[in-house]
Amino acid sequence: MIDLVVKSCGPMTALQDRGRIGYQGFGVSPSGAMDRRALAMANTLVGNPPDMAAIEFVNLGGSFTAEGGDLRLAVAGAGVSASIDGTPVPLLTSFMLREGQTLDVGHPRTGTFAYLSVAGGLAVEPQLGSLSFHLRSRLGGLKGAPLKAGNHLPCRLEAQAGEPMQLTVDVVEETGPLRVMLGPQDDYFTPESIQLFLESEFTISPQADRMGFQLTGPKLEHAKGFNIVSDGIVDGHIQVPGSGQPIVLMRDRQTAGGYPKIATVISADLARFAQMRSGTKVRFRTVERDEAVAAARQLKDWIASLPSKLTPVRFDLTTEHLLSRNLIGGTVDALSSASHE
Amino acid sequence: MREFAHVPGACPFLLPCRCLTRADMRWIGCRFVKPNGGVVPTPKILPCGDSALTVEFGSTIDPALNAMVLALDEIVRTRAPTGLIETVPTYRSLTIQFDPAVTDYDALVRLLDEETKDLAPRHSVGRRWRVPVVYGGAYGSDLEEVAEIHGLTPNQVIEIHSSAVYRIYMIGFLPGFTYLGGLDKRIATSRRVHPRAKIPAGTIMIGGEQAGIAPMDMPSGWHNLGLTPVRPYAPERDPVFLFAAGDEIVFEPVDESRWEAMEKAVRAGEPVAEEVRP
Repeated sequence: MIDLVVKSCGPMTALQDRGRIGYQGFGVSPSGAMDRRALAMANTLVGNPPDMAAIEFVNLGGSFTAEGGDLRLAVAGAGVSASIDGTPVPLLTSFMLREGQTLDVGHPRTGTFAYLSVAGGLAVEPQLGSLSFHLRSRLGGLKGAPLKAGNHLPCRLEAQAGEPMQLTVDVVEETGPLRVMLGPQDDYFTPESIQLFLESEFTISPQADRMGFQLTGPKLEHAKGFNIVSDGIVDGHIQVPGSGQPIVLMRDRQTAGGYPKIATVISADLARFAQMRSGTKVRFRTVERDEAVAAARQLKDWIASLPSKLTPVRFDLTTEHLLSRNLIGGTVDALSSASHE
Repeated sequence: MREFAHVPGACPFLLPCRCLTRADMRWIGCRFVKPNGGVVPTPKILPCGDSALTVEFGSTIDPALNAMVLALDEIVRTRAPTGLIETVPTYRSLTIQFDPAVTDYDALVRLLDEETKDLAPRHSVGRRWRVPVVYGGAYGSDLEEVAEIHGLTPNQVIEIHSSAVYRIYMIGFLPGFTYLGGLDKRIATSRRVHPRAKIPAGTIMIGGEQAGIAPMDMPSGWHNLGLTPVRPYAPERDPVFLFAAGDEIVFEPVDESRWEAMEKAVRAGEPVAEEVRP
């Protein structure tokens, strides 16, 4: 076993994977990575399945060392950079962290969430089938806790051999309004409110976390009260409590809730939305099911195609080369994380 | 239950039907049931984005509605349509989550159409649990206040609370948190003005006409009547979750002197809640 040792990290740094599937009927939130595209990129770079558990950084980076051997690692998401003993690692490239070296992961730059993947994943015991940390349930992560300085994360010795790879992705990010489908409770709102919702600009408030993003904007009036008998909640539901200010429910959401939900962000746009920071202005537009499903398929295909976009890094890490890699990486990164409208 | 043929877009009972105005919402069959002498509108399919839908049986807390929710839940999980991820039964609706990239939405809707035509309500899965409770004092700090509000003695509140049979309508809010229906209206108590930031796991509580058992330390605006050592949720235990939606719960008042032994048994991984015959 080789340990990835946490030297420092932000308070919400924790393990996240695909999410905890199959226990929502027992009140367990799915949780899981907020940006599954970035998780998939970090994992693909080290040869892991796209949904495997990685370290999720929330706003703040961290530093790490390897103990007992060398580790093959990669970071991705929100333009995050990494350096080893002060030397920058090219973006979207996997790298070796030798025993005794220090890895510094920068703060997510263009968004909120970034990921650090270890080849072969982490040898940590899952809870209810997942390593995803969920604060309120005290599930996942390291025995129900986020990471903190001093934690040792056991990694698989046999998975660390392998060449550094680089990922060249050519995704063109949607930059328009977030796509939503109306419902399930759009009939709880006046037609004027629905129009207002679709025609207005909303601002992501500072109350935005893994549970949900509070938006501020024009007040959305309910047509028949704002209390419903609790019903099921899914990722991307936009619930509107009595204040008339919508909340977009994210991965740490509850499993059921009692506020009417005016619309639902389509699954393909959730990662993009997750990377939008407080203060970002958002608009919504409705789409038909066909468009939403096509977008979901496109995202799934894109994730599945990532391994084909890997190429080995065969060069000496000269300054010149580092610069060129950074340029390419930077372009790619701006495209893949576009968090501004 | 009487069955009527489904007439798309033209409900014979002129119930408020959103499928008349929205192409994406439809009826699943047209049905007239009288669970408690009332009309239950037919279930509707509400879209929840591209990855989920909710089958809504009604908008009230009603054991008949809940029984149908659980019946459909069992069917959907058994039939396991392609792309099914999971189901979330609630008081009055079933949310079905699926992978939009592989699920044939129209086929799923057809399956729901078909399966809800002869849906037999599942009133109970046949499990009834007896949960021991130490009432009042340090175990239930709101018992006296609740008694006072209703002009009862604490013993009367205990008697009323422990003689009802509670139905687990749904599990939500936190892992293993049971939403219990069946609270006697004589002790229904609106929520506390000042919610507590933390109540201990095992707290037996009531809020409005609902009752519950805290599965872990949690914030709560409900009233604490007592404490049980029983853990509805224990991640290290098999089974992790003791109770399921549709189960029934009865509370058994026990003396404080038994607390330590019961707690020890729970720590050893025993359920302590006993399955009893209805």
